[in-house]
Amino acid sequence: MSVEDQQMKIRCLVAKVGLDGHDRGAHVIARAFRDAGFEVIYSGLHNAPEEIVQATVQEDVDVLGISILSGAHNELVPDIIEGLEEYDAHEDTLVVVGGIIPDEDKEFLYENGVDGIFGPGTPLQETINFIEENVKRDE
Amino acid sequence: MSDIEKLVSELLDGKHRALAKAITYIENNRSGYRELISELHQHTGNADVIGITGSPGAGKSTLVDKMAKTYRDRGKTVGVIAIDPSSPFSGGAVLGDRIRMASTVGDMDVFFRSMSARGTLGGLSTATTDAVKALDAFGKDKIIVETVGAGQNEVDIVKTADTVAVLVPPASGDDIQMLKAGILEIADIFVVNKADLDGADMTVKELQEMIHMRSDGPSPDAGHHGADALVDTDVEFPGESSEDWEPAIVETVAKSGDGIDEFLETLQKHVDWLEESGEGTRQARQRYAAEIQRLIREDVARLVERDLEAAGGLDAKVDEVLAKESDPYTVADEMLAAIRNPVNTTDTE
Repeated sequence: MSVEDQQMKIRCLVAKVGLDGHDRGAHVIARAFRDAGFEVIYSGLHNAPEEIVQATVQEDVDVLGISILSGAHNELVPDIIEGLEEYDAHEDTLVVVGGIIPDEDKEFLYENGVDGIFGPGTPLQETINFIEENVKRDE
Repeated sequence: MSDIEKLVSELLDGKHRALAKAITYIENNRSGYRELISELHQHTGNADVIGITGSPGAGKSTLVDKMAKTYRDRGKTVGVIAIDPSSPFSGGAVLGDRIRMASTVGDMDVFFRSMSARGTLGGLSTATTDAVKALDAFGKDKIIVETVGAGQNEVDIVKTADTVAVLVPPASGDDIQMLKAGILEIADIFVVNKADLDGADMTVKELQEMIHMRSDGPSPDAGHHGADALVDTDVEFPGESSEDWEPAIVETVAKSGDGIDEFLETLQKHVDWLEESGEGTRQARQRYAAEIQRLIREDVARLVERDLEAAGGLDAKVDEVLAKESDPYTVADEMLAAIRNPVNTTDTE
């Protein structure tokens, strides 16, 4: 393992978006990611899609994890992904969604550029493995 | 056009994504990042670099947020690098400074980047200085570097920032704390934040006393107690008249924004002083000298390591030393011979 590899850290933005004040899950995820060696940026609550876009672009994260429990995912997630595309930031960012996503909505989200969806009860390790295997590196 | 050339030209064109990518290059020490910095160098030197340091919870992030907002209101563009500690166990980190940047969300002309210290002590990440260059070349007017919540010895910020502001929360210790070496010595400006809390006046007074004792130097003059010292306690900008900059003290309440204007004025005064006194140039010289030395040291270390590998690795040498066939000094001499007589080392790469 070269020095260069050691310095490659998976950077991840854990984002809460919209009118949704439940962030216990996001905290648990942030902590688990930290313990897995990721660098986690936590957005705080009540972010607008454009704030998430701004953070994703500027922080150049490898992974954007969106936590939504409000049911507004079909509106908010496509807004975010559209914003990312505007800044050429979608193709090299792995987008995962966590929270309450009904099965019938999953297809729609996948079609709109989401890479993974993790509902309640997903073991933390499963999410971490998914990210480690699918993270999009530039080279 | 190479990747780096493309990145540089996009960055200079003001593309946010390119700036973000450039900083990632720097952080990951990715091959090509040196070329990147070389290309950017000639475009740097236009920004004012402000360091904000202080103990955890002193209000650094909130203050930075208000500073960024005020600069934006005045039409300046702002770059912020905020560093948080990394876990010594997993190497991971939770970077939470961004949450406090509530006043400027959605404003792309505030470029905020969170950094993990990645194991470095001293309050900065090794990549910070180069990331500042990227922001500078991008054309940011003001660059604010927020260190990890610092203890008493996280003083690396002076190597990167033109002006260092140290946040001192009220009632943060008695006057003995003020005598200690370290972080209090690096301040160009002391910011007594949370100035609405009890004990703020006392803290201001103690800082004033400390500054005066220092500027009096080692002279045995004991007259600067009591009434004498009180006479000039209202001198907030003593740097104006003298050649030397005497640290200024400002009081702020970052949460409400009180005192921010005064703080920014004081920062400007320091920037002007750097310019007029020539101290700015001196600092820049020192910084570049240190940087060149560091790069040479790193490269030499890498060369020696390569030669050591080629000679069978460190373990083999240790075996020789253990067996008394050689000794540590001789081994070190042998290894350095390659660098002393470059004739012997044909560059195999």
